[in-house]
Amino acid sequence: MRTFVLWIIQLLLIPLLSPFFIGVTRKMKAQLQNRKGASPFQPYRDLIKLLRKDEIISRDASWVFRFTPHLVFATTVLIGACIPLVSTALTNPFTGDFLTVIYLIALGTFFLALAGMDTGSAFGGFGSSREMMVAALTEGGLLMSLLTLALVSRTTHLSAMAAAVSSLSFYELPPVLLAFAGFFIALLAETCRYPFDNPATHLELTMIHEAMILEYSGKRLAIIEWAAANKYLLFIALGANLFFPWGLADSLAAGDILGSLLLFIVKCLLFSAAVALIESSIAKFRIFRLPDLLFTSFIISMIAIGLIV
Amino acid sequence: MVMYYKILSTKRRLIDLRPSSDKKAALSVGWDLEAYIKKLFKGSLAIRVVTAGSTNACEQELTALSSPLYDVERLGIHFVASPRHADMLLVTGPVSRNMREALLRTYHAVPTPKIVVAVGDDAIDGGIFKGSYAVLDGAHAVVPVHYRIPGDPPSPETILRSLLEIFSDLDGKRP
Amino acid sequence: MPAFLHSQTFLLLALSAFAAGAFGALLLGGNDRRSALWGNGFAVVGSLLGLVFSAAILMTGAELTCLIPTSFPLLSLSLRVDPLAAFFVLLISGIALLCSIYALGYVNHYYRKYNLGVLGFFYNAFVASMILVVTAGHALFFLVVWEIMSLTSYFLVIYEHHEEKNIKAGTLYFIMTHIGTAFIVLAFLVAYLETGAFDFGAIKGGIAAASPFARNVIFISALIGFGAKAGIIPFHIWLPGAHPAAPSHVSALMSGIMIKTGIYMLARLCWDILPGPPPLWWGLLILLIGSTSSLLGVLYALSEHDLKRLLAYHSIENIGIILLGLGSSLVFLSAGMKVLATLGLVAALYHTLNHATFKALLFLGAGSVIAATQTRNIERYGGLIKVMPQTAFFFLVGALAISALPPFNGFFSEWMTFQSLFQGVSTFHLMTKMVFLVAIGALAFTGGLAAACFVKAFGATFLARGRSDEVKYAKEAALPLRIGMGSLALLTLLLGIFSGAVSSGFADIAASLSAFRPGEPVAAVSFSALSVTAGFASLSPPLLFAGIILTMMAVAAVFVLLTRRRTTAIGATWDCGADLTERMEITATGFSRSITTIFRGVLKPTQQTEIEYHDAKLRYFPKAGIVRMEFQDVYDAYFYRPLQKATIRIAGQIKKIQMGNINVYILYILVTLTGLLLWMI
Repeated sequence: MRTFVLWIIQLLLIPLLSPFFIGVTRKMKAQLQNRKGASPFQPYRDLIKLLRKDEIISRDASWVFRFTPHLVFATTVLIGACIPLVSTALTNPFTGDFLTVIYLIALGTFFLALAGMDTGSAFGGFGSSREMMVAALTEGGLLMSLLTLALVSRTTHLSAMAAAVSSLSFYELPPVLLAFAGFFIALLAETCRYPFDNPATHLELTMIHEAMILEYSGKRLAIIEWAAANKYLLFIALGANLFFPWGLADSLAAGDILGSLLLFIVKCLLFSAAVALIESSIAKFRIFRLPDLLFTSFIISMIAIGLIV
Repeated sequence: MVMYYKILSTKRRLIDLRPSSDKKAALSVGWDLEAYIKKLFKGSLAIRVVTAGSTNACEQELTALSSPLYDVERLGIHFVASPRHADMLLVTGPVSRNMREALLRTYHAVPTPKIVVAVGDDAIDGGIFKGSYAVLDGAHAVVPVHYRIPGDPPSPETILRSLLEIFSDLDGKRP
Repeated sequence: MPAFLHSQTFLLLALSAFAAGAFGALLLGGNDRRSALWGNGFAVVGSLLGLVFSAAILMTGAELTCLIPTSFPLLSLSLRVDPLAAFFVLLISGIALLCSIYALGYVNHYYRKYNLGVLGFFYNAFVASMILVVTAGHALFFLVVWEIMSLTSYFLVIYEHHEEKNIKAGTLYFIMTHIGTAFIVLAFLVAYLETGAFDFGAIKGGIAAASPFARNVIFISALIGFGAKAGIIPFHIWLPGAHPAAPSHVSALMSGIMIKTGIYMLARLCWDILPGPPPLWWGLLILLIGSTSSLLGVLYALSEHDLKRLLAYHSIENIGIILLGLGSSLVFLSAGMKVLATLGLVAALYHTLNHATFKALLFLGAGSVIAATQTRNIERYGGLIKVMPQTAFFFLVGALAISALPPFNGFFSEWMTFQSLFQGVSTFHLMTKMVFLVAIGALAFTGGLAAACFVKAFGATFLARGRSDEVKYAKEAALPLRIGMGSLALLTLLLGIFSGAVSSGFADIAASLSAFRPGEPVAAVSFSALSVTAGFASLSPPLLFAGIILTMMAVAAVFVLLTRRRTTAIGATWDCGADLTERMEITATGFSRSITTIFRGVLKPTQQTEIEYHDAKLRYFPKAGIVRMEFQDVYDAYFYRPLQKATIRIAGQIKKIQMGNINVYILYILVTLTGLLLWMI
């Protein structure tokens, strides 16, 4: 019974918390610009408002456009059930494999790119083109960094990987830290942050993710923005719980779970602060400098694998 | 890093938004907005700015709204690129003939419920270009306008107060 | 299960159905409709019989040997059907069945243009020869049917002979396949020298005594020979020309099945005929070839805007992925780890099955689109989802499967390939580990780039608005075409959901090969889930599928409930106030431009601009311009053309002995005879 309740909590945790962390990142960026900024709960208000608006759908769009937001959101919720969030005892041997997670993300990206092309506007088309370019090259770095952890822990189960990394000795840590560097670059790429994409830009010629969703309105826009927030929190959760899993509960006791949840939120806040700091410090890269960065992520992870004893 | 320390340690100066005692900017209403719409957009508003042949004076004031001095984002208001994402259209400029079609399409691209605000004297009735052959004398000639913010150009403070008044709980109808 | 179903008679019955179809179609050649119906109908019957036969063999685990000697040893029928061969017969029959159903509706656009009797004849002969190739048990018989397969496919490639480039593609294919056959003959001759027999069973028995050098020669020549048929890089240059040239149902068969016969013989050779642990470098070489093939295949596919050429390059990519599985299995075999070797082989065979289904599906979809719009250029498509919704849906399923996205079958076979490569990285050290890491990197990038390519292909073909006049007259495909495509789409989904069952079937097939005998435990896969050695990885395909569907339904239900009072209006695409024309949509070339620019070192793009000015002398105001953007095939430019030039130059030198003077020729004869006489004495 308790396991069932915990699974429900795990499924709902990512969708419920993700707008908060987007809001936190925006707030920190505002603070670093000497502004007060919106409250961290502003994204919730944005989503509720969007759900109460009507929609306009282009007449050139097909069922792919209408169907994509639901699929993208569903994949983020499903991935939330595959990764360790509060406890490594809550394992998912059926779909909790890191390859499954990577390819479920790719499924969402595929349909999002199709939806960007579906309305026949010029912005959507080149947004999709750039998104597929970045996604194709990011997959290598992301896979290799998670593979480093898998080789260190001798399993590709995400919960088991978290448990194994938390019991590593100090001398076995360098590959994990190097792999984290590669993973962090992949995180910035997949969640459309600097230096890959500017989530707050108005210039369509500089958009990647935003360009694909220019035609969405009303509830579908809410679903897609929420799904993007979910993806952001998912990557942060993966980074926090796989590379720095100390504090993750290893049993299902209520006290452990509560402590682990609080520590999880603290870790995610630290990650959001890091992302906000990076976004305030560097400029967005020219698009043909991005592959260099992504190949670097790939090479760093290869070196990390070589360092595994 | 030294830069961040300097930024974080600078005292913030924000514009005071308490209603002031001097005369309120004349905010006449074109069409009345229902209360539920005002409540809907009170916490979160997405604005799309359409420059319909404007002199860009109003745009400069609108740009200043995002600065640390006025900081419109703290009120839940943000500017968006696509009219599909927008709730409010801010029209500036006297609507030149070439922009008529574009403004109309932008209006139709915004999903309901929506608000249209004409910012600046030019957008209200043509301003200094009134009567010219090249302009249509104000946004109301093309799209239904709900609110007007007069001024040539209105200062950011005026724009900010007017936006807040649009959503404040005002009793009674407007004339 | 009646024994009749897996008897020799039944197989010969299936083959004679194809023979009847072939000759009957040729005889009825005068009447287009009748010969098409006869030819494709008998192909359907023959495929059904073949399907039943192979299923019976696989279910009972029986082995069949069939020998019909005639006075010419070259023409004696010698078949041996074991589970591996039966699997390939199943594959051939299944895909041929669906392609023949498709062809019933598809070939009607050849009426009155080309002779349909010829098409029926070569088509039936092609399928029958492929079945004979995978069941051949004697090297000479194998060469005969291999040659028949190559010839019939050559005639099918040049079937639309009014087009110049089809003839050229056919000629290149003819040359390359015979170069491959030459190497295969070399391999068989070396085997004969070592064992004194041509029969595969006898070779298997006797080759243990062969020297390692002989075995290496056999391996290398077999790799080149069968690789040329399979389309591995660098022997792939015929593939992008030949597959698009053939009629679409034949392209589906060529791409889905014919190139797999090369894989079949490689598997047969390395796992069954050649005994003992193979040398380590065999597996590493195949891993490296697989990595190159997959990466280069997908990069060239990204640069294509001809729909069928794009699909042909993807075949090269998927053959690379199959080779990755085969290579890792060979490396594990050479280290003596049979369980992990099974995993690699199962992954490779499973990907063979999956690729056959989704590649056939994609080619049939492409055929429907091309038949509806009369052009192969993606740049002229667009908006076809509104007139051809079912074709679009089936093509989307194929695109999702080939991009290895869950819950379709491509994902599960790539998952298993990845797992076997991960095992390789964690088990080995130094050089082997590096090769496995390179393979993993290649596979990771290939998956992403393939998804990018299919977003381009599907998006530019079906979505948004039409880009030209040709699409205005397009109509939905006829019923037989949709049945063929729909069945393949359903098959990709089912093969994905039931991957556990399918993989355990492959484990049994692998267990029957002599590399894995005597009875080693090969249980790395089970019925409802895929799991790899002792908790390294596990995945439950049905649960993944159920998870995706249920979550989607839950999400849709929640959001519909939350927004039930909202309206949805239909409006124009946001166009910033200007009119959107078809030239403003993204083009296929533009879509992949960013990726091709990144990989310009490999793809070597060239751009030529021609501008016509209003005043040719002053050249201020351009009137019209043409920009040509092309890509060079690296192997073509740096390997084949220099080879070609060198061959012509050498031939030119040798030509000098032909002086045209008959007295000199008599002198040559005198010198040769004297020399021979002296040598004999």
